Amino acid sequence: MELFLNRISDGLSNGATYALIAMALVMIFKATTLINFAQGEFAMFGGFIALVLATEQGIPMWGAVFGSMVITAVCAAGIERTLIRPFDPSDHLPLVIITLGLFLGINALAGIIWRFDPRAFPELFPSGNALTYGTATLSWYTVGTLVTIAVVSGGLTLLLNKTKIGLAFRAVSSNLESSELVGIKVGPTLQFGWAIAAAVGTLGVCVFVASPFRQLEPNVMVTGLIFAVSAAALGGLDSLGGAIVGGLAIGLVQSIAVPYLGIPSELSLLAAVVVLMLVLLFKPSGLFGTPQVERV
Amino acid sequence: MSDTNTPSDTTTPTDLVLDVKGLEGGYGQIQVLHGLDFHVADGEIVVILGANGAGKTTTLRAVSGMIPRTGSVKLRGDDISNAKAPDLVRQGVAHVPQGRGTLPELSVEDNLRVGAYIRDDNEIDADIDQWFDVYPVLRERKNQRAGSLSGGEQQMLAVSRALMSRPSLLLLDEPSLGLAPIIVAELFERFAEINKETGTTMLVVEQNAQLALGIGDRGYVLESGEIFTEGPADELINDDAIRKAYLGV
Repeated sequence: MELFLNRISDGLSNGATYALIAMALVMIFKATTLINFAQGEFAMFGGFIALVLATEQGIPMWGAVFGSMVITAVCAAGIERTLIRPFDPSDHLPLVIITLGLFLGINALAGIIWRFDPRAFPELFPSGNALTYGTATLSWYTVGTLVTIAVVSGGLTLLLNKTKIGLAFRAVSSNLESSELVGIKVGPTLQFGWAIAAAVGTLGVCVFVASPFRQLEPNVMVTGLIFAVSAAALGGLDSLGGAIVGGLAIGLVQSIAVPYLGIPSELSLLAAVVVLMLVLLFKPSGLFGTPQVERV
Repeated sequence: MSDTNTPSDTTTPTDLVLDVKGLEGGYGQIQVLHGLDFHVADGEIVVILGANGAGKTTTLRAVSGMIPRTGSVKLRGDDISNAKAPDLVRQGVAHVPQGRGTLPELSVEDNLRVGAYIRDDNEIDADIDQWFDVYPVLRERKNQRAGSLSGGEQQMLAVSRALMSRPSLLLLDEPSLGLAPIIVAELFERFAEINKETGTTMLVVEQNAQLALGIGDRGYVLESGEIFTEGPADELINDDAIRKAYLGV
């Protein structure tokens, strides 16, 4: 029983990171129906920037994370303007190849700058446990990750529903042509989505590696991205709430189903892919996604 | 029925809201419009008629900068030949595209709010309320997704949303498409009222010639991307050739 509770706690904290990266993927997918395969690498790079700001510039840890979110948002906006916008948005293959290129490029760049040695990342949440029940524990770290996704989803909901740029973003996500006809400039609005997504992803990686059991290295998000894509697809790809549920579900599958079913941990990535396949097979629009139905 | 005196005979160029000369445009390599000349005077309702494929929709898309075009397009004397759609809204042109063009995932109220995207004043809520008064069914469904509305309701919403930008020129692309005759009749009555009450100039593309000419001041008949004939609405409606070709009588 206690082991089970611990596994739930682990699953939730892993899932929280998948949820944050999945939310970043959903932000871009909603607007462009494009999966940004470089999203995890943007976030990894952001993790290193936060580490540099904290260890070399002496900025307090949360300030460094926030600073890195701003920096990666600006970089993502620049990448959108120079590498994404010049291409026809309705032709996905070139764009997918660009995001794959960014994936490899950013990964290599991080390796060149910081090398592939794992580095300790300062903790963002208090160490120790919030709750103890026998040998079962709920760490402050798990609580912290869950609070983080609550704050991020609350913030994104406010941003999208209560601000003018949020309204424009939802409009562009819904119908490109009609958005232009009400005066919305589509390019800068999508750029805003890329920036927000990069900031959310960076926060996701920082929270992930802030675990005392993990370290930061350039490949930290390579498998994480696959979990996050599975999470986003499970939730429905265009639903932020779905990304959270999907992320936590994938985290729980990984930490509970995998050990109980006796699947070797090396295959836990496969479990995520199996979940993804089952979703695509039986409910292509995901748990909370908008089915592609058009009324004419 | 419209005024028999056509403004076109008496207007000076400054009264022209829209003045188009030699308009050409199309899609990719395919040229659809072969040099159109037409104009719309202040306060007029002008109708563009034509069969399927005549270039009616393309004409509106060329005017509002949604497709590449050549020729001269002037809005109240200002050259807008190179302006793109998002800029034209700021100059007072609102376009209701064919097939409604609502934002299906957004609520009815958000659709109206986004219609006022270019505005910064504090009368936006009052304007939303005003359109809810015009179309009470939209008020009842203000929190519903626009995509869940019926075709007629979506057309009401699309028109209201376009008017939320407080345009001086409204472009309507086949508003009757796919709607029941009784709803179409109501819709057109409302257009005439809006034109009278707000003075909004309208350029309407339609296949339903009878109804459109019924509220229109003047009309142009388009054929294969060229203007085949033009004239006051009541002359067109009584023209035998037009009646045969477009009114089905």
